[in-house]
Order: sequence, then C-alpha cells, then structure tokens
Amino acid sequence: MRTIRFLLQKEFRQIFRNRAILMLILVMPVMQLIILPFAADYEIKNINLSVVDHDHSPYSRLLISEITASGYFKLQGYHTSVKAAYGLIEEGRADLVLEIPRGFERNLIREGEQTLFIAINAINGTKAGLGGAYLTEIIGNYSRDIRVAQVEPMRFSTLPTVEVIPSNRFNPMLNYQYFMVPGILAILLTMVGGFLSALNIVKEKEVGTIEQINVTPIRKHHFILGKLIPFWILGNVVFTLGLLVSWLIYGIFPQGSIAAMYGFVWVYLLALLGFGLLVSTYTDTQQQAMFIMFFFMMVFILMGGLFTPIDSMPGWAQVISAFNPVSYLVEVMRMVILKGSGWKAILPHLGAISGFAVILNGWAVWNYRKTN
Amino acid sequence: MDCLKSACTGKFGFETAIEMVTLSNITKTYNKGVVKAVTDVSFTVEAGELFGLIGPDGAGKSSIFRILATLLRADSGQATVAGYDVVSGYRHIRNQVGYMPGRFSLYQDLTVEENIRFFATVFNTTVAKNYHLIEDIYVQLEPFKKRRAGKLSGGMKQKLALCCALIHKPTVLFLDEPTTGVDPVSRKELWEILRQLKKQGITVVVSTPYMDEAAICDRIALIQHGKILSIDSPEGIISTYPGVLYAVKAADMPRVNQVLATHEPPFTGYIFGEYIHVDSQGAASRDAATDLRNVLTKAGLRDIEVKPITPTIEDCFIKMLTT
Repeated sequence: MRTIRFLLQKEFRQIFRNRAILMLILVMPVMQLIILPFAADYEIKNINLSVVDHDHSPYSRLLISEITASGYFKLQGYHTSVKAAYGLIEEGRADLVLEIPRGFERNLIREGEQTLFIAINAINGTKAGLGGAYLTEIIGNYSRDIRVAQVEPMRFSTLPTVEVIPSNRFNPMLNYQYFMVPGILAILLTMVGGFLSALNIVKEKEVGTIEQINVTPIRKHHFILGKLIPFWILGNVVFTLGLLVSWLIYGIFPQGSIAAMYGFVWVYLLALLGFGLLVSTYTDTQQQAMFIMFFFMMVFILMGGLFTPIDSMPGWAQVISAFNPVSYLVEVMRMVILKGSGWKAILPHLGAISGFAVILNGWAVWNYRKTN
Repeated sequence: MDCLKSACTGKFGFETAIEMVTLSNITKTYNKGVVKAVTDVSFTVEAGELFGLIGPDGAGKSSIFRILATLLRADSGQATVAGYDVVSGYRHIRNQVGYMPGRFSLYQDLTVEENIRFFATVFNTTVAKNYHLIEDIYVQLEPFKKRRAGKLSGGMKQKLALCCALIHKPTVLFLDEPTTGVDPVSRKELWEILRQLKKQGITVVVSTPYMDEAAICDRIALIQHGKILSIDSPEGIISTYPGVLYAVKAADMPRVNQVLATHEPPFTGYIFGEYIHVDSQGAASRDAATDLRNVLTKAGLRDIEVKPITPTIEDCFIKMLTT
C-alpha cells in the first residue's frame, strides 16, 4: 500500500508537470464536445438542386416553390436540358436534378398522372439517399394536394387511405444532438483513457526508467496499479466534465440513474485501461503504441454504433461489435441519458464489460514480465 | 545478512574473502542464438572489491550486468549475487543491489530531489537514513536539487543516478559505463567516489570502455566478443605482458608508421598519443631498440627517439587481441 502511494504521488507529479498533456486531457474533450455535435449533424440540409422545367406552367412552378420552401434544398438554377444539368452534377455543384416534362400540367389534369425524372448524385451516399427521399416525399405531398383540390370532398373521403403519424419516444423532436452528444462523450472518454494509459507505460520503456524500476523491490501489481489508478481518476474527471458540458450547452441531463451510469463507466475505464496496458506490453516505443491504438480506435469508433446502427451491420460485423467495448458504452449512455434506464436495464452491458475488464487486465498482467 | 554468514561459514573460512558475485559458465545469445553476446563467462568478485569489466563497445558488458541485476535471464550457466541465485533469489537480490544502467534511466521530468526521494521510498528507506553514503556526491548536486533531472549535464546526471542507486545502502553496486559521455574532470570525480564507496565496504562492479580507468580497479576482467580474455589485478595484467614495448618518436610521424609497417618482417606498432608503441616481438634481433633506430635512420628520419616503456592496460589489451 505504501509503495502504491509513492507511485501515485510520482505519477500525478509527472502528469501535472506536463502542461501539454494536462491541456489535452481537460481542454480538448470539452472543446470537441462543444464543436463536434454541431458539425456531426445527421440532418441533411443544403442539398443542391438543379431544375429542368420543360413545362413552365403554374403547376410546375408550384411544385418547384414547394420544394424550395421545404428548406432542405438549395436551388442551383434552371436549365434548358438535362444534359446541361448533368454538367453541374459532374462538376459536383448539384446533388439532384429534377426534370419536369413538357405537358406536365396538361397530362396531370387530363389523364390524372404524370412521370417526373430525378437524377441523384450518389457520390455522397447519405446526401443522395436522404435527398432523394425528401424530394419524393415533397412530390408525394404535392400530388395529394392536387387530388384534394380536384376531387369533390365527399367522393374523396370514400377512398381508403392509410395515414401514418409517428411519435418519437424518448426524443420527441428527433433532436439529433440528444443521441450524438452522449455518443461523442463515450468516444472522447475512450480516446483519452486508451491513449494515455498505453503511451504512458510505453514511455517508461522507451526512456529506460522501467529498467531502474525493475531492479527495485516494486512488485508487478504495484507498478500496474500505480499506472491504472491515476488514469482511472482522470477518466472520471473527463467524463464528469463532459456530462457538465452536455448539460450546460445542450441541456441534456441524464433521465435515468446517474449512479448506474457512473457505475458502468468505472468498470468501463478498468477495461479500457487494461486494453491500454495490454498494448503497452506488446510495444517498445510510443510510436508503435500510438499506431496500434489508432488502429483499434478507428475500429472501435466506426463499429461502435455511434454513426451507424449496429443492427444494420452484416452478421460478421455484429459479431465484431459484440467484442467492441465502445459499443456497450455508447448504448448504455443513450439508455441512461435518453431512455432513463437504471441498474436493471444495463446489467447485461455491465456483465459484458466486467468480462472485458477481467480478461484484458489479466492478459496484460500475464504479458508484463519483469525478467525475460 | 544470513546469506553472507552461510556464504562465509559454509564454503569458506572467515579468513578467506567472501564471494559477493559469482558467475559460472554464463552464456547469453540474442535473436535465437544468432548473436552471441556472452559466451561461457566465469568470474568471481569478492566482497569489498572494486572490480572492473573492461572492453570495447559490444563486448557483452551490459548483458553481464543485466544478468546480474536480474533483468535478463542467461541461456545457460549460474550466477549468484550476495549469495542468492539470480533466477530463484531475484527478489532478495533486488533489495540488496544498486544498479545504474548504461543509459540514464531516472525520471527526467522529476527534480533531482524528487528522484532521490522516490527511489529511497520504493526501497522502504529515507534519504536521511543513508545520507552518509551519498553525502559526497549530493553536496555537488545540492545547488541543482530543484532542477529537473532531464536538464542536468551529463556528469551531473551520472552523479544523480549513482545517488539513486546508493540510497538504499546496497551491498553490491553494479555500474554500467558510468563514465561514458562524461567530461574528464567528472570522470575523475566519479572514480574517486567509487574508491570512497569501496572504503565503506560496498562491493563495486563497474564497466568501462576506457582502458586508462582500469588501473584504479582492484581487479579487472578484459572482455572482448563476449569472452573473458584475462582476469587479474591491473599490475598483474601488465606484468604478464610478453616481451618489451617501445615508444618510438621521430620528426615525421606518419612516415615512421609507414616505414615500420613496410619493414620486412613488419614491426607491430600503433599510434599512442604522440608516440608509436612498437612491440619487441616484431623485431628480428634481440636488441629491438637498436634495430628500430637503425631501420628509422636508414629511412632518413631525424630526431629519432626509441625508449622501452611499461605497457599500459590498453597495450596489454591490444596485445591480447592480436595474439
């Protein structure tokens, strides 16, 4: 116990002496949490639309004005031919081309139907998919309005229609920040904890101080605890700061049990630090450790369910995600913050992450040998 | 301390010296046997001795130190330190030895004072308790005690490292090249400190690539390519030098070198300061000095000076390498 106390004292002294790292630990996550959620927006806006109107009728003008009034589209201009509009797509200045054929209004009224042509620039998949969907929806609404205007109310009501009115539980306004902010906080916590622990231990190797430590009576577990505890505490500080930022700036306050969330984060940090420790036992320089951590961080983040739902991944990817600690944290954060879950609901996650903590730390301790 | 007792009452009488460090047939290879760092090395260091491992870079000195400091496991052979086996008794050894690696291995972002205090506490002792051991060195460090270790000069770093290795009052001190990269004045001081430590009863095993430092040791082991060439006191090694060594000097030194090398049979000589050291065995007749003088005069060299000299450790080392 005495030894650990001195190791901790040494460790904190080194951390507080390194201004750059301290700033990185405290300021960087706060800054990112303030900036990123505004930028990482799921809602697609400013879709560049180019219109080829061959009809120039009141009906076609009405359609165009309804599209632009939706707020999602930015009209890039009118073109005389689809070919000219294609040029804009090729240059990357337009995402969608809408072609209104000649006789649009006449056919619509006489024959009751008309076909429109939409060309979508699919280089940016999300923008293309959502843009196309928005446009189809607007056109659908438009055609319904025309039908209402044309058909006598009595007759119209006899036609069977299905109308869907969705109600968004836990996030009624579908405010994307509500699920982005907890996710980003989860990732920041992972980055800070993972990188710091891995790099710190490797640094002792690289600088050679571990040689000097190894000839002292300091035991293996003393040294490891002396490394884990400071970063565990720092992780908690980062997490608390993050929660404060999301409360003050985004007005997001956990609906569920804060104790359950902290309980989970405590175990999660153990697993994460164990992972950092494990990486450090397999590497000799900070550069190696950095690259290995980076590789895993990329996988953790992209397969962690923050940007794309895990349920829509292929089977093998879902299996990999089951071994991704970040996916559990992201889920728990959303459950507690948005859904208001408590201890009982996160128990399976807690069990899984406890397993990670035990395996990763055990592996790391086993691999960290004093003599070779 | 009971180990010391058993070591002296068991194998030896009280009057014979206690073996503080023993190595028998230690072999260490790297890269799965491709690189042979240490081959079949055996020697013993007695308690209270100042023992030097002398050899060029890459001779295997550091590997021997790391094996003795329980940081490295030998492929074969046994080694003991303070009566404990380096493999089975490593934990006891770590409490008793001070090890100073060849590379500065203290915390560069901690101050001088913090480093010393940290290493004292991890050995469960305090700076005050063993201050008498480090006093001579610490007074020199005192003005810099608030400075970070990384910002010290090379010599000061080594002194600090020595302080940290000494602070728990070790019975054996392993110093791996403590004077490498240190200015001549600090080098002298460091050796003076080592002599003082020896007086305090601490066994010191030190390695150095500088032959001139070897003379200060009680006994030295000359080592090359992982093999021990010779173990003896410095005087002993010098006295076993075969033949006579001459120092040769003339007005045109590069030409002297050339003349000696092209002479048939060639003299084995090498530049040593302002002289060329020539071994008598290269000479044809028994009177090598006259021989040398004749050869050089014949070559038209002036201001010729030829004198027999006592070989230094370096001469002995070169001799051992060439024969």
